Amino acid sequence: MSDTHAAAAAPGSAGAGHAESTGLQVHIVSPRVLLGVWGALLLGTALTYAATWIDLGAGNLWLAMAIATAKAVCVALFFMHLKWDRPFLGFVFLIAILCVFLFVGIALLDTQAYRPDLIPDYAPGITPPG
Amino acid sequence: MTRAPERPAAHDHVPHLAHHFRSLQQQYDAAKLGMWLFLVTEILLFGGLFCAYAVYRSSHPEVFVYAHRFLDKTLGGLNTVILICSSLTMAWAVRAAQLRNRRQLALLLAATFICACGFLGIKTVEYHAKWKHGLLWGQRYQPVEHTADQAPADNAPLAPAPTAVPPGAGADRSLLPAPGKAPAGLAAGEALTARSHDPGNVPRNVHLFFGIYFVMTGLHGLHVIAGMVLIGWLFVRTLRGEFGDGYFTPVDLGGLYWHLVDLIWIFLFPLLYLIH
Repeated sequence: MSDTHAAAAAPGSAGAGHAESTGLQVHIVSPRVLLGVWGALLLGTALTYAATWIDLGAGNLWLAMAIATAKAVCVALFFMHLKWDRPFLGFVFLIAILCVFLFVGIALLDTQAYRPDLIPDYAPGITPPG
Repeated sequence: MTRAPERPAAHDHVPHLAHHFRSLQQQYDAAKLGMWLFLVTEILLFGGLFCAYAVYRSSHPEVFVYAHRFLDKTLGGLNTVILICSSLTMAWAVRAAQLRNRRQLALLLAATFICACGFLGIKTVEYHAKWKHGLLWGQRYQPVEHTADQAPADNAPLAPAPTAVPPGAGADRSLLPAPGKAPAGLAAGEALTARSHDPGNVPRNVHLFFGIYFVMTGLHGLHVIAGMVLIGWLFVRTLRGEFGDGYFTPVDLGGLYWHLVDLIWIFLFPLLYLIH
């Protein structure tokens, strides 16, 4: 995890002028981190695949989601640079995820409330074929 | 690349700095925040589809367990690997742009583009198989019947097996649609054919799964196409030498978008292809 900070922007070729308008301090991700994350993502994919061979019942879905979330965290932190960016960007991202969770969660609560009315093996809502 | 026609004289020596920003840093931060806000809307857009998925899967798990076998895990897994590799090349492209390495940047953008082509190519193969076998959405779900050249195990007469509506279900039966045809679509992957048809117990309304499958992967595919346009544009700008002097914001933001497309696929793959 080398901390390569570099002024990636034009380093103020003109001496005169705003010092603050020339420097752009960004973190440049090292090849080691990039390759490491890539390896972790491939490993995660292999794990997700392998996880279907074992039977955990409902646990399979949770395991698959846990692995997918771990992969997503890797992508967001390193590839999407959130680890080194202003925390506010990560905050914005998390708020979006939270909203999706609320949305899905409450929709599921509602669905479960109507569960007794469901006709087994009959999925309603869309015009069936035939 | 003149972004603002008029800028104060004090900014003239700083390329790419629009006049309404005080500094490159401020401009960069604003651009990045704007991109993240856009990504948030994308997450919410896909969130609606994930919600539909969750509701239907929780209500009718049997449809998902049955229908996911028609998806080719190998092709789906291959596409996952391709997208992960393209994310690597894209992240590395941002690094190259930051280090002002134009040649490497162009090569990495081209590699990302090729990965995206591979992804869409495989997706086309998958869609084509679904189309051929009538495994589509809504009323277009008309699975092709088995043929004699199938594996012996598949030659068993297909029980129409629409699970009977329990008498106590309290529903007016006359409102229910007639049971569909025996859903006897061909499995997409040859390896799957033997497992794909447990005798009997073919659930009703399998078309729901394919509706969700096509909308989710279709919208994702559109995002891949948009990403390819974006990467192509970045590539052209790179060849024109616009990212050689330390200006890399478009590459950075394009990368963010591309990683989000990857991120969504990371969830789509297990949810659609790897149902247990």
